[in-house]
Amino acid sequence: MPGRLGGPGPARFRPRRTPPAGSVPPRRRGPLSYWRQYLAISPFYLVFLAFSFFPVFYSLYLAFQHWDGLGTMRFVGLQQFRFLWKDPVFWLSVRNTLVIWVLSTVPTLFGALVLATLLHSVRRFKGFYRIALYVPNVTSIVAVSIFFGAVFSDNFGLVNAILGMVGISPVPWLSNPWLIKLVIALLMTWMWTGYNMIIYLAGLQAIPTQIYEAAKLDGAGPVRTFFQITLPVMRPIILFTVVISTINGLQSFSEPQVLFASNAANANLGGPGQAGLTTLLYFYQSAFLNNDYGYGAAIVWAFFVLIMVLVVVNWRIVQRGRKS
Amino acid sequence: MTATNTRRSRRPRGLTAHIVLILAVLISVFPFVWTIVMATNTTQDIYKSPPKMTPGSHLLENIRHVLDTIDFFGSMLNTVVVACVTTVLVLFVDSLAAFTFAKFDFPGRRVLFATLLGFMMLPLQLAVLPQFILMSHLGWVGTLQALIPPALANAFGIFWLRQYIEGGVPDELLDAARIDGAGFFRQYWNIVLPMIRPALSFLAIYAFVGAWNDYIWPLVVLTDPGHLTLQVALAQLHVGHTTDYSMVMAGVLMASVPLVIVFTIFARGFIAGATEGAVQGS
Repeated sequence: MPGRLGGPGPARFRPRRTPPAGSVPPRRRGPLSYWRQYLAISPFYLVFLAFSFFPVFYSLYLAFQHWDGLGTMRFVGLQQFRFLWKDPVFWLSVRNTLVIWVLSTVPTLFGALVLATLLHSVRRFKGFYRIALYVPNVTSIVAVSIFFGAVFSDNFGLVNAILGMVGISPVPWLSNPWLIKLVIALLMTWMWTGYNMIIYLAGLQAIPTQIYEAAKLDGAGPVRTFFQITLPVMRPIILFTVVISTINGLQSFSEPQVLFASNAANANLGGPGQAGLTTLLYFYQSAFLNNDYGYGAAIVWAFFVLIMVLVVVNWRIVQRGRKS
Repeated sequence: MTATNTRRSRRPRGLTAHIVLILAVLISVFPFVWTIVMATNTTQDIYKSPPKMTPGSHLLENIRHVLDTIDFFGSMLNTVVVACVTTVLVLFVDSLAAFTFAKFDFPGRRVLFATLLGFMMLPLQLAVLPQFILMSHLGWVGTLQALIPPALANAFGIFWLRQYIEGGVPDELLDAARIDGAGFFRQYWNIVLPMIRPALSFLAIYAFVGAWNDYIWPLVVLTDPGHLTLQVALAQLHVGHTTDYSMVMAGVLMASVPLVIVFTIFARGFIAGATEGAVQGS
């Protein structure tokens, strides 16, 4: 199998079948002879260059300009970032985002692991549970946000109605700064637990059963088995979900945008006290409602750096756990 | 002896597992049920204390109210068109590129693929502002075609299909086709595409659901109230000073039903596909 058609090409590649039809005798080939391959990947790369690659770097360029989208662009160097550094609203939005992220990620990943372990242990109704628990993830954030807005409504919502029946006075879910974040975090937990559960379940199913049988023979109980076998084996998958949740969770935008949409008119997005103003919502406000394109670009780039720092920190923490 | 012991100790454990799982299912399904309850009652019934907990008979009235407030079917049609076009194009573009990356060696292959993987990590929001500027230069702001190109740069699809083609399409088969005189495109169309159908159907649902539920980009780029997608139109129902929740929830229900039906039909294959991709992605 190897080498039969292997033309020049670097030897460290795995043998790949490459010659286009008709060129049976191996000969020296210039890049142009691969035109079919380049043609085949070109649709993707053209779209990618125009709508992803170029825009990402153009927004970095914009971050150093002052521009309202209509007039002339003015180079201002680091001024936007200096302003950002002292902008209390930016830091408020970062704090909001981080609090919402922690409040949603921890229960999501913990709940997903518990549910996946339970689901792995049962024999019947597996398919039903998987689908029923995953379905929140394919619903639209807009629909879910509207739903949560209705259910947690301060005056008439279902939650307060039920609390009222047990004699508890109404809780201001959507006006208290902490409760606002809690409701958004609950919403995200509801949407993402099933998704992470499916990933964990796939990881659990990949663990050979012999390991568990050996552990059982050695007299390990379910709890010990979980901590000594399941968790260590699952570490790479947990790492994967932590990274994905960091990237996804910090990008909360639609939830508070829809939840407090009725306040959009007074430009103070994010609800009472801007307690639900996430950084992406602040970006949206600066760029598209205030037409401050340069500042919007600076916000989103500063935020990207923050996400990367957090991903690395999380990565380190999970990796360190492996050594101990 | 030991056998009966383990069996006895296993049975209650299985029972608690089922109880916890059923509770979780109730929580995950509850919003759908409560949406139906709200959408079929009047807002007054829901605001009563205690609220009405059973479905009522006001669904048609609420739906009529939704249709009066927003152009529901127009925006639904917009969404269907955008989601279908996006899905078909993503499948074609991604599978062609994935086949090339999986089975051919050409100068620059590794650099190109690494760029693609690197960009998978970047938050899309970094690109939103320049994308908008680009669209306004093209004169596409406010039109539906503005929604499609950004969705086509779907690096995940290429990554995922490439894994599948590498493992699932044997080189021998392609060699045989080549000997029979099949060119590059014939190999792709006649051999690879039929063989990767499960992977394609997963990607199709993934792309369709993604396009259907997308919110931030349509919100930014669709400025004309006559040309909204369903999600943006839905969010508009919510805006305003009157909170007729029954009407709003009827809209939510109408917008969610098609997707939930599609999902439940394809759920098994979709979830199997999702786990494959997830584990390989780690």
